[in-house]
Amino acid sequence: MNLRIKKNANSIMGIVLTAIVVIPAIIGIFWTPYDPETINGSLKLAGASWAHPFGCDNFGRDILSRIMLGSSTTFLIGMGTVIGGAVVGTLVGALTGFYGGVIDEVLMRFNDVMLSFPSLLLALTFVAIFGPGKYRVMWALAIAFVPSFARIIRAEFKRVKNMDYVKAARLSGASDFRIMYVHILPNTVKVLINAVLIGFNNAVLAEAGLSFLGIGVQPPDASLGRMLSDSQTYLFTKPSYAIIPGMAIIVMVLGVSMIGKEVE
Amino acid sequence: MSDVCNNQTRILEVKDLFVSFTEEKSSLFDKKKKIDVLNGISFDMYEGEIVGLVGESGCGKSTLAKSILGLNKITKGDIIHYSQYPQMIFQDPYNSLNPSKTIEFILEESLKNLTKLNVEERRQKAKKRLEQVGLDDHYLIHKPGELSGGQRQRVCIANALMLDPKLLIADEPVSALDVTIQAQIIKLLAGLQKELGLSILFISHDLRVVYELCDRVMIMKDGKIIEDGTVDEVYRNPQTDYTKQLLLSAGIM
Ligand SMILES: Nc1ncnc2c1ncn2[C@@H]1O[C@H](COP(=O)(O)OP(=O)(O)O)[C@@H](O)[C@H]1O
Ligand SMILES: [Mg+2]
Repeated sequence: MNLRIKKNANSIMGIVLTAIVVIPAIIGIFWTPYDPETINGSLKLAGASWAHPFGCDNFGRDILSRIMLGSSTTFLIGMGTVIGGAVVGTLVGALTGFYGGVIDEVLMRFNDVMLSFPSLLLALTFVAIFGPGKYRVMWALAIAFVPSFARIIRAEFKRVKNMDYVKAARLSGASDFRIMYVHILPNTVKVLINAVLIGFNNAVLAEAGLSFLGIGVQPPDASLGRMLSDSQTYLFTKPSYAIIPGMAIIVMVLGVSMIGKEVE
Repeated sequence: MSDVCNNQTRILEVKDLFVSFTEEKSSLFDKKKKIDVLNGISFDMYEGEIVGLVGESGCGKSTLAKSILGLNKITKGDIIHYSQYPQMIFQDPYNSLNPSKTIEFILEESLKNLTKLNVEERRQKAKKRLEQVGLDDHYLIHKPGELSGGQRQRVCIANALMLDPKLLIADEPVSALDVTIQAQIIKLLAGLQKELGLSILFISHDLRVVYELCDRVMIMKDGKIIEDGTVDEVYRNPQTDYTKQLLLSAGIM
């Protein structure tokens, strides 16, 4: 099973859209045109200019710099969340799907209960336990995302485990670990990649939601959700302050989901 | 049971085998349903013989095959192997080769797990087996998706032979293939059996092929073996109505 992204208008568009946000975000980890946290009273809510192409926010901070930093925070939270959720979820899903039995039954009932809450609500609960801040939000979201990954991977392991080639591997003397890791896991990669891309989008939206509610990323850290939240008061006096982070979220999510549809 | 080949070395003994499955519960509070698939199966196999196993679909032939090789939990009974690494050829070659691995990886898997052969020795052996089933060694780098059904089944046969087994179970090895390919694969199996002195349990629903290929035939119905004898005995003088029916509908009687 070779994974590749189909080359067509959809996937190219998806890559372009994703790159528009992700490339500045990655640069933003290391460098921004201005210090995103320096307050400058004389530039308060300044309009677009050559020096500040997106203008400045209510503290006179350069919006372009904050968008770059904010996108990188949001991007890293999204990545951290899906990686954490996928690793733990794959582990749980693989073991329960492969071995079945009582532990599977108990864990999956627990999983069903977790899944019956929207993951944002779940994340909200964990944020309430851990407290706000960017790393805690990442942990909260990662934990909230484990059940959905576990369920998807469990179903894949249950499906592939019954294939004759897995039985052949058993006759070839492969251990349980080898069967799971070498013979089953690679055949679940397609489903896993799709789940990761969808999960990434959900994590980005969840971060935005939590930060917008004021319980996610905390000032002075920038994130796309945080910027949306800060901009509410100025929605009518300076709409671009809200539109730019909003667009960044939409473009990134749209891009990733367009890529996701073209993975085969 | 049959007296055939009693002067020869036994390679497999199945004694009073029972297998049942419990159906998956659809809810936590459902009672588990039990399905009895094998209901007391006993037979022996001897070195170098090809035994046909015939019965209508759903009578438990595949379950018996898998149980013999320890791929199923058995409820009751004994399975005694007198040979190492017995192997199986599965019915559907489209689902018995791992789609994400190369033919080389698939063939060498058992050597990696169970022998001390090094990389070069493993490759040599894989090449040799491929050649024996009539495939060029350039297929080593291909993945199963690039092969036809017949080629896949050849790879499966090569794979089953990697550990030099003495006992092979072939579960309807040609029923998923085109008629023209079927004959080739049967011929291949017959040739390999002679060359390597294999014992083969040949599961089939084609009584004509069984007549040509097998020394002995067992007729299975509802999880029981209802007839077991040399092909000549059974085909000339069937003891049960069920066997007569089978022979009639195959146009043999
Ligand atoms: N893993 C399983 N779980 C539940 N039932 C099974 C399982 N495997 C086989 N069966 C049932 O056992 C019966 C015999 O199946 P099988 O051995 O495949 O028959 P055959 O190979 O003769 O066509 C069928 O009714 C089938 O539904
Ligand atoms: Mg079958």
